[in-house]
Amino acid sequence: MKTVRSMILVSSDPLSMERGAQQVFESLEQEIRAFGLQDEISIKMVGDVGRHDAVPMVIVYPEAILYGPLQPSDAHRLVEEHLYKGRVAEELLAPVRELTGKLAWLSARRGTLPAEKRVILARAGIIDPESIEEYIIHEGYAALGKALTEMKPAEVIDLIKKSGLRGRGGAGFPTGTKWGFVAGTPADKKYVICNADESEPGTFKDRVIIEGDPYSLIESMTIAGYAVGADEGYIYVRGEYTLAQARLHHAILEAREMGFLGKNIFGTDFNFDIHIHSGAGAYICGEETALIESIEGKTGQPRSRPPFPTTHGLWGKPTLVNNVETLVNIPPIVREGAEWYRSLGTPSSPGTKVYTIMGNVNKTGVIEVPMGITLREVIAIYAQGMKPGSTFKLAQTGGSSGSVIPASLQDTPMDFDSFSKAGVALGSGALLICDEETCVIDLAKVLLNFFRKESCGKCSPCRIGTQRSYEILDAISRGQGKLEDLDTLIHLADSMYAISNCGLGQTAGTPVRDILKYFRAEVEAHIRLGVCPAGVCKMHVPVQ
Amino acid sequence: MTAVSQEEEQAIVETVQTIVQKHGASLEELIPILNDVNRDLGYLPAAALAEISRLLHVPKSQLFAVSSFYSMLSTKPRGRHIIQFCESAPCHVVGGRQVWETLCANLQLGANETSPDGKWTLATTSCLGLCSVGPVLVIDDDVYGNVRPEQIPDILARYS
Repeated sequence: MKTVRSMILVSSDPLSMERGAQQVFESLEQEIRAFGLQDEISIKMVGDVGRHDAVPMVIVYPEAILYGPLQPSDAHRLVEEHLYKGRVAEELLAPVRELTGKLAWLSARRGTLPAEKRVILARAGIIDPESIEEYIIHEGYAALGKALTEMKPAEVIDLIKKSGLRGRGGAGFPTGTKWGFVAGTPADKKYVICNADESEPGTFKDRVIIEGDPYSLIESMTIAGYAVGADEGYIYVRGEYTLAQARLHHAILEAREMGFLGKNIFGTDFNFDIHIHSGAGAYICGEETALIESIEGKTGQPRSRPPFPTTHGLWGKPTLVNNVETLVNIPPIVREGAEWYRSLGTPSSPGTKVYTIMGNVNKTGVIEVPMGITLREVIAIYAQGMKPGSTFKLAQTGGSSGSVIPASLQDTPMDFDSFSKAGVALGSGALLICDEETCVIDLAKVLLNFFRKESCGKCSPCRIGTQRSYEILDAISRGQGKLEDLDTLIHLADSMYAISNCGLGQTAGTPVRDILKYFRAEVEAHIRLGVCPAGVCKMHVPVQ
Repeated sequence: MTAVSQEEEQAIVETVQTIVQKHGASLEELIPILNDVNRDLGYLPAAALAEISRLLHVPKSQLFAVSSFYSMLSTKPRGRHIIQFCESAPCHVVGGRQVWETLCANLQLGANETSPDGKWTLATTSCLGLCSVGPVLVIDDDVYGNVRPEQIPDILARYS
């Protein structure tokens, strides 16, 4: 790839084209050649840039300056001023507007494309994850120092409340409020637990965070311990994540040597230490009370709540349980302030979100972007489109307890509130992108198979409901379904939601409910016509 | 349970004692201890559980409950090589089923079965967190991603 100093993107959505984007593009090319800049500047037509009030729009990188609406006659001025003389051509700038969605992140990260906004993954892949010195050079431990020496615990909690940070484990509970509960419970002993039992299918963000930047988690937990008044922390890492465990072990040892863990941290009277606890292969241990049971050496069965862990947690003591991604947001907030944090994302869901992308797309992996971008943007830009020859049919978010998002919802901003208004869930940030060769019955069957196997068996709605739902879906996939089965499925989903003891059972019916809401015709085709429209289910196989 | 000779039992007890000593005989170390014993011995024989029960003062009933609850622990002997095949949705939609069918056909095994010669255990597992390279299978500690059915015979041939 050749290196250029500037990159110019010209919008070419239908409206832009109608208003002469092609001519603008050609004039720009001509002018660039006229100034002899063709080897230094690349120019592309990029489709929809996410804003239609000022098209044809031109975006110049690395400065991320937006120009528009442009006429072909503006090309000379733009190239001369901006690209030749290096000054912004003020009179051609697009009208200032509150930036949302795609443009927000386009301008958020200047100079790179695809434009990610890396806050919590800023160091992952940049520093040596086994060198605390490199972490310190990259702003490491600045936040802990500030919190311990300049702030009272209550001020830290206030700051987190003001930042609007919400739990990234899936439920989106306000983090500062949770911290306040733990801090407000008087006790001689409190714990901070980091939930790193990441087992939601399709989710591997916490693994990336820990493997790439283990120190940030340790610093975050230490700040949390200071804020809520705990002196001991546990990181519950799933058993399969052996590299993440090794990195954490190493990081804890280094932090102890440096005096960032142990007694009198930063010369204050605050003491804190962290243990790593390995899981042993149980999805349910991601549920916070099951996780606590597991640390206590028991089977991972969720407790009845209330009382909540914030008052009665590990060994009956007040315990703060936070997800990895939630915690690592803390140091940047402490360093940069709540206002800065709120400048990212949407008003109801500030900050960035780490998504994992997988499925029938060209590029899979992990991205960090401000809350509120849309599925369409994720697919088009980060995933670089669907695989050749395939079209987008649905996305499954947040692992198995996430929603099935049909194509009609792909422009809904991905934040907690917009999604919940649309009747779907953001979950843990997994985006499983499926093409038209995916059968919804087959998909739901796989999801329910997961739940029936991972159900801990403690409460009957979940234990029986997941098994029964699976059997019905299996029968439908064999051409043995009946229309009344669909009522039974809905009834099971509703019952599991209403009376299960924990989140696993409560959300286990979501995929079924979603496919019946958005893909009922396809489901009914299996039953009424005996065909699988996607050609996946082997119909008319007798039930064994 | 499989019968074990006295020497074998002695070896098991010694392994357990070393591991318990490393972690400390406390209840919160129970699962890490079971993990290590399971890794060293391949499974959790009755003799090992009896020794853990004695050292940690935990009832055997609780030990059996825990050992049978977690998928990484096994109370039954398993094959020399353990294949973990991810059956979660992200691997499934990118061709996991075809890989699974090829695996079963090649090994002549079904889900969670061990071959009669004790070489293979074919286990299904939930998500392994490697979803961007599905379909994924793990043999012992080796991870294989983007697996295609036609690669299965070659992959299996690497293990003796």
